Amino acid sequence: MTRLVDGGLIDRSRTLSFAFDGKSFTGHPGDTLASALLANGVRLMGRSFKYHRPRGVVTAGSEEPNALVELRTGARREPNTRATTVELYDGLEAASQNRWPSLDVDVLSVNRLVSPFLGAGFYYKTFMWPAAFWEKLYEPVIRRAAGLGRAPDAPDPDTYEKATAFCDVLVIGSGAAGLAAAQAAGRSGARVILAEEDFRLGGRLLSERAVIDGGSALDFVARAEAELSSLPNVRLMPRTTVFGAYDGSEYGAVERVGDHLPAPLPFQPRQRLWRIVAKRCVLAAGAFDRPIVFPGNDRPGVMSALALATYATRYGAGAGANAAVFSTNDHAVAAALDAAEAGLKLDAIIDVRPALPDALAARAKALGVRVITEGEVVATSGKCLTSITVRTPRGSETLTVEALGVSGGATPNLNLTCHLGGKPVWREDIAAFVPGAVPPGMAVAGAAAGTFALADCLAEGTRLGASAASDAGFAASPAPAPQAEGSPTGFKPFFHVQGKGSAFVDQQNDVTAKDVALAHREGFRAVELLKRYTTLGMATDQGKTSNMAGLALMAELTGKGIPATGTTVFRPPYTPVALGVLAGHHRGIDFKPARPTPTHEWALAQGAVFVETGLWMRAAYFPKPGEKDWLESVNREVKATREAVGVIDVSTFGKIDLQGPDVGVLLDRVYINMFSTLAVGKARYGVMLREDGLVMDDGTTARLADDHYVMTTTTANAAKVYQHLEFCLQVLWPELDVCLASVSEQWAQIAVSGPRSREVLGKIVDGLDVSNAGLPFMGVAQGSVMGGVEARIFRLSFSGELGYEIAVPARHGAALMQALMAAGAPFGITPYGVEALGVMRIEKGHVSGSELNGQTCARDLGLAKMASTKKDYIGRVMAGRPAFADPDRPTLVGFKPVDRAARLRAGAHFLKVGAAATTQNDEGYMTSTAFSPTLGHFIGLGLLKRGPERMGEKVRAYDPVRGGDMEVEVCSPAFIDPQGEKQRV
Amino acid sequence: MRIPCPYCGARSSHEFAYLGDAAPTRPDPSAPDAAEAFHSYVYERDNPAGPMDELWYHSAGCRRWLKVTRDTRTHAITAVAFAGTGEGGR
Ligand SMILES: [Zn+2]
Repeated sequence: MTRLVDGGLIDRSRTLSFAFDGKSFTGHPGDTLASALLANGVRLMGRSFKYHRPRGVVTAGSEEPNALVELRTGARREPNTRATTVELYDGLEAASQNRWPSLDVDVLSVNRLVSPFLGAGFYYKTFMWPAAFWEKLYEPVIRRAAGLGRAPDAPDPDTYEKATAFCDVLVIGSGAAGLAAAQAAGRSGARVILAEEDFRLGGRLLSERAVIDGGSALDFVARAEAELSSLPNVRLMPRTTVFGAYDGSEYGAVERVGDHLPAPLPFQPRQRLWRIVAKRCVLAAGAFDRPIVFPGNDRPGVMSALALATYATRYGAGAGANAAVFSTNDHAVAAALDAAEAGLKLDAIIDVRPALPDALAARAKALGVRVITEGEVVATSGKCLTSITVRTPRGSETLTVEALGVSGGATPNLNLTCHLGGKPVWREDIAAFVPGAVPPGMAVAGAAAGTFALADCLAEGTRLGASAASDAGFAASPAPAPQAEGSPTGFKPFFHVQGKGSAFVDQQNDVTAKDVALAHREGFRAVELLKRYTTLGMATDQGKTSNMAGLALMAELTGKGIPATGTTVFRPPYTPVALGVLAGHHRGIDFKPARPTPTHEWALAQGAVFVETGLWMRAAYFPKPGEKDWLESVNREVKATREAVGVIDVSTFGKIDLQGPDVGVLLDRVYINMFSTLAVGKARYGVMLREDGLVMDDGTTARLADDHYVMTTTTANAAKVYQHLEFCLQVLWPELDVCLASVSEQWAQIAVSGPRSREVLGKIVDGLDVSNAGLPFMGVAQGSVMGGVEARIFRLSFSGELGYEIAVPARHGAALMQALMAAGAPFGITPYGVEALGVMRIEKGHVSGSELNGQTCARDLGLAKMASTKKDYIGRVMAGRPAFADPDRPTLVGFKPVDRAARLRAGAHFLKVGAAATTQNDEGYMTSTAFSPTLGHFIGLGLLKRGPERMGEKVRAYDPVRGGDMEVEVCSPAFIDPQGEKQRV
Repeated sequence: MRIPCPYCGARSSHEFAYLGDAAPTRPDPSAPDAAEAFHSYVYERDNPAGPMDELWYHSAGCRRWLKVTRDTRTHAITAVAFAGTGEGGR
C-alpha cells in the first residue's frame, strides 16, 4: 500500500471496493481508478500498443496515453477508458488491455524482438512485403497483437441525449484562470456556462499549495464555487468536456451524466451531447506537463512530475514507496515539494539547471530533499521502476526509487483554438507554442495562453471574463482580481537526453527517438509527414503530451529550429467521443422518424407486410393464410383489382394546396403542359422538369376553383417539389400572387380501382353523382361521404382500371377505409399494397421512380408530346439541347422475355443479339420489371436506344452481376389496354 | 453554424437547405442567345475564396428562401435578406 497517511480530497471515512484484472482492491470516494490503483501499489496498468511493453500511468488527466483499460463488463464494457478520468465507484470492474495471457506475463512482448520490423513507417512498409509474409507472419501474429481494447459484443443498454444550451460567456476549464473568468462574467449578469472536464472544479488548484487572497487555494476554489452556484445566471457543468469549437460560436460538449455510477440512474442518460451556442468564450484549459525523452522513460513508475504531485496532494496516493523528480523548471520543483509536504517520500530532485531559485532550494533543504543540479536521468531499471541512473558533470550515480516524476516544462493546451484553422505560434521566451488565430469570440486565459504564474492567471482570467461579458452586452463591474503570491516560473528548454536504450517520444504509439531519426533519414521531415510516417500523435491521446517532444527532436535533427519545423494542428474532438452519444436516441427503431399512413392500424390488423418509402411505412402486400410467398399474394391482389375491385391507401403522395389569382400562371411555368386552361372540376397529369431539362417529378393536379388548385407529387419528391415551388415564387417570380401549403398530412387519400369501383363508391357518397356522365374520367367532385365527411373525389387511374381517389381529412382516413371495405364486401373488395400497385403501373407502362431517375428527359420517357409549345416553362430551353433530341438516346419501351418462363431483372443492360458485352455496345438498361399475373409472364420497362423504332426486335438483356443473360423482345410499354379504354368506362 | 433568418432569428444551419450561388439570374427564355445563357445559368459557377452570396432555404423554419452572404474561407455570415425581394435584410 502506498496510500499516504492523511490528506487529499478523498473521503477516507468511506471505503469503495473495486476489481482490476479480477483482483480486489479498495479506494475512497474522490479517487480515480488510477489514483486508487497507485494507492494500492499497482504501477503496471497496461501493455503498449505495438511492443506490448509494460506500462504505467503517466498523467493524472484526460491526456493519458498509457493507462487505458476496459471498464465494466458485458454490454457496458468500454474499451480504451483512461484510468485517470474514471471516477471510482463501489463495485467498479476494470481490466487491462493488450496482454495475453496476463498483464504480468505477456507472451506478445516478444514483439520487441522483432521491433526492427515494427519501426517507423511500419504500416507503409508492411504493405510492400511479399504476400506470403503478410499471410504467414503479419496476419496471424502481429495483427492479433495490435489494437487496443475490445468493443462490447452486445447492444449498449444505456440511453444518450442531445441538448442545446445558449449562453453569453462559455468558460472552458475551472482552474485559477477559469474560475476568475467565470466570476467576473457571472457578476455582470451575463449567462455563463462553466464547463469542467473533471468531476471537481479547481483544476491545478486542487493539487497545489498556493496562497490566494490570504487563504489556501482550496478555500479560494470553495468560495468561488459557492458564489458561482448562488448566481442564477451561471450554470456549472462539471464532468463536461468541450471537445470541439465550430462555426458560428458553437461548441460541442459531452456531459458524463452517469459514467461515475455503475449504471445510470433511472430515467437518466449515460451521457449527454451538448451543442453550446456562446456569444463569447474564455478558454482556460491549462497546460500539459511536457515529458522528457530519455532511455527507459516508459517504465511503469515513470510519470509526469505534476501527475506525481497531484496523486500525492489531491488523492493522497504515493506513486511509489519513494520517489525522485527529474525537472527543468520551477513549477515542477514546487509541485514536487508540495508532494513531499503531503507525505510523499521524495528522495531527490534532479534538475538540468545549474541551480534552483533560492526559495525552492530552501524549501527542499527544509524537507530533507536532496537536489542534484545539472543532472539528467540516463537510464532506468526494473520491470516496474526500481532504480534510475543520474548523470551530472560530476559523475554518475544510481538512485533506488519506485517512482520518478518528469517535467520538461509546460505545453499550453491550445487544442480548441485550432479547430477553425488557427495555427499555434512559437514563443521563444517560454519555449512553447501558444494560440495563434483563435475562433471568433474566443479569448484564451491562463496557462493555455502561456501565462503560467498563478497571480497572472487570476488577473488574466478576471480581465478576459469581464471583457467577454461586456462584449456580450453586459457591463462588468471592474472587480479586483484575486491576489496570489508570486510563484517562480524559471525553466530551461530541454527535451531529450542523449543515451543508449529505447527512449520513447510517444508512449501510446510506441514511437521512439530512433523512429523520429529514421523518419528524418528517410525524408519524412515535415511535421505532418512525421506524424503519419511514425504514427506519432495518433490514437486516443492525439499526442497531447508527445507532439512537442517529437517535433523538438525533428527540429534538432534538421537544425531548423522549432518554429520553422512547425506543429501539427488539432482537430475535434479534443478527447474521444463515443459514437453512442453522437447518435443520441437515433438508434434502432428511432434511427429516423417513421410516418404511418392514416390507415396504418387498419393495415396492421389486416396482417400487411410494410415497406419503408421515404419515411413512410406503406403496406407492401397483404398475405393471406396459405399463400406460399409474397408473389402469390401480389398476384391475387392484382387479379382481384383488375377483375373486381381493389383498394389502397395513397395518402403518401405529396399534396400541395395552391391558391391565388396567379396559380395557373405558376403551374404553366413549372409543368411542361398547360394548366391555366384546365377547367374547374378537372384534373390533369403533369410533368415537371428541372432547369437542366431533365424530368424532376410527375403527378396529377386538379383545379378546385378558379384560383384554387391541388397538386400531387410522387411520395419521394414531395418535399423537393414544395421547395422548388417556393423557389419559383420567392426567387424567380416574386410578383406572382400565389400561396402554397403542404397538405400531405392533412388529407387521407384512398384509391379504389377496378370494374366494380363505381358501385363501391356509390354506396359511400352523400348523394353525389358518380356516374360516367356525372364524374367523367379526370373529373373532380367535391362534396361529402359517409354522412357528412368533407371529401374530394378524383376520377384517376394509376392501375389502368376504372378508378377513383377519395380524399378526406386525415382523421377520417381509417373510417373511410372501413367504409369502403364494407361497401365493397359484396364485390370481394381486396386491399392491395405498393407491390401490386407497381405491377399494375408496369403493366400500363406508367413511369415511376425508376424511370424518373434524374437522368431522363421527357422525350426519353415518351412524354415529349405533352410539352406545350405555346409557353415557356422551367427546363424548356435546356431540354432543347441537341443531345436530348438525339434519336440514339435510350428511350422507354416495354420488354417481354423470349422464353416466357424466364425472369426479368431491373438493371440488366441491353446489347444487340450477338454483340460483345462491352461499354461501347451498351444500348440502355432495364428500369422496372414485374411478374404480370394478367399476362402470365414477366414484363419489363426499360430505356433502349431508338427503342420505339425497334418494336418486335429481339435484344440481349445482360445482367452479369446476377448472372442473367437472355433474349428479350421489344414491345410497347403499355402491356394491357393500350388505348386506355378501361379507365374511361 | 448559425444563420440569422430575417424572419426567425439566428437558427442552426441544420434547419436550412443549401442551394448555392445566388448570383445567376434566370435568363430571358425568348432571347436569341437563350441556349448559351441558360447553359451558363445552369452550369457555370464562380468559386470565390471570400464573401459570396448564396441561396439557403429555411426548410425546417419559415420556408423562406434567403440570400446569405457567407465568407467561404471562414464561414462568417455578414448579411442575410429574403431572396427575390431583398427585404428583411440584416
Ligand atoms: Zn426562417
